[in-house]
Amino acid sequence: MCLGVPGQIIAIDDPAKRIATVDVAGIRRKVDLSCIVDEDNPPESCLHAWVLVHVGFAMSRIDEAEAEATLKVLHEIGELAVEREAMLTSEVQ
Amino acid sequence: MKYADEFRDSALAAGLAKAIAEQLDALGATEETPVRIMEVCGGHTHAIFRYGLADLLPKSIEFLHGPGCPVCVLPRSRVDDCLAIAMKPNVIFATFGDAMRVPGSKGSLLQAKGDGADVRMVYSPLDALTLARRNPDKEVVFFALGFETTMPSTALTVLKAREEGITNFSLLVNHITIIPTLRAILDDPEMRIDGFIGPGHVTMIIGTEPYGFIASEYKKPLVVAGFEPLDLLQSLHMVLKQKVEQRCEIENQYARVVPNTGNAVARKAVEQVYETREHCEWRGLGDIEQSGVQFNAAFAAYDAEKKFAIHNASVPDPAECRCGDVLKGLAKPWQCPAFGKACTPEIPLGALMVSSEGSCAAYYQYSAVHNEALEEARNAKAS
Repeated sequence: MCLGVPGQIIAIDDPAKRIATVDVAGIRRKVDLSCIVDEDNPPESCLHAWVLVHVGFAMSRIDEAEAEATLKVLHEIGELAVEREAMLTSEVQ
Repeated sequence: MKYADEFRDSALAAGLAKAIAEQLDALGATEETPVRIMEVCGGHTHAIFRYGLADLLPKSIEFLHGPGCPVCVLPRSRVDDCLAIAMKPNVIFATFGDAMRVPGSKGSLLQAKGDGADVRMVYSPLDALTLARRNPDKEVVFFALGFETTMPSTALTVLKAREEGITNFSLLVNHITIIPTLRAILDDPEMRIDGFIGPGHVTMIIGTEPYGFIASEYKKPLVVAGFEPLDLLQSLHMVLKQKVEQRCEIENQYARVVPNTGNAVARKAVEQVYETREHCEWRGLGDIEQSGVQFNAAFAAYDAEKKFAIHNASVPDPAECRCGDVLKGLAKPWQCPAFGKACTPEIPLGALMVSSEGSCAAYYQYSAVHNEALEEARNAKAS
């Protein structure tokens, strides 16, 4: 349950509210950047960064090689499919 | 070697396995008196089974599967609290999917949904807040489950709700903390643990410092580990190296993701919203003092326990289950009389059979070929 899924920040939607769009293995969703930004690292600096995403929040910056290796493991243990499903089917309507 | 092609570097994996075997010999470990290492995190348990790591290593090492799966340790009484709220009129009850199938004493959230309760599976607490925004005439309650990894996300969501003045939103908080629980396990006179593989993503938040007492007071090594099979082998090698060199330290194998200082911004959000809960019940382990959090007074308006007058009443685990012994590593899943019979992944009796991170579910899925008891149970069920 403490899973962190790698994704890449592809747009900064609202710097003031620290909201961005992340691409996780082809699925795009809004992600909150609060945990990885501070005075020295503003939201704009997160564009194109690879991050570990946990339940809609970017929790840590990682490098691309790390992201690829982690995605491979998550795919193999079946958790990537579970996370993708959770993102796609979140019942917010 | 099982699943060898799936290792990022199978030669490195074989080399590590050989080095670990030599360390175990140096320590005088045998199949009868193995070195016992607890992997704390449920994600590690899943990976150990999936990649067959125990098969790769000598029988003189034993993995103890720790309590680090919040779904597995969710007590029946807490599921009952969820149902009590979810069944109220005008409530939308939102939860991570993981909690849907955990049995309480009166059924699961999935069953409540089938009975007409408005239960929504959401990916993020932020999605539950979106539900509250879109349904101003309903009360939206989010079930805040999880360890330190998940706490910042629910704390930040509540801060956002307050910022936006959203009042039809509350959280039933069942956040638990790993440090008091590790101390409780170490204080258990029945437990014999030689070292720990520490949780990666919890440490990403809390940092390595809170584990210090494990080395200084209890003289056990702990190595924070990543989730790849090679990470786990390397971490095990680091734990055993400490044993061979008679050191006890907190080390970090997963430094490429986990800074030793953790995430201060995330901790600040948690400290702003939550305070320590005096008592917290864990399925199978019972009451562990100060092992959870609750809203502090400033955020009482977001506390679903207060809003819906919930008074948690403890409910014993099913009599035939040995969840507690399995959680503490005192029994293997197949030694439980309910395993594979009254308790299966399809119809779970205990939570360890629900989550993919639970050791019962992992044994059921991956270890059948080595396990006559399970085969018997399966055959009996099929016939």
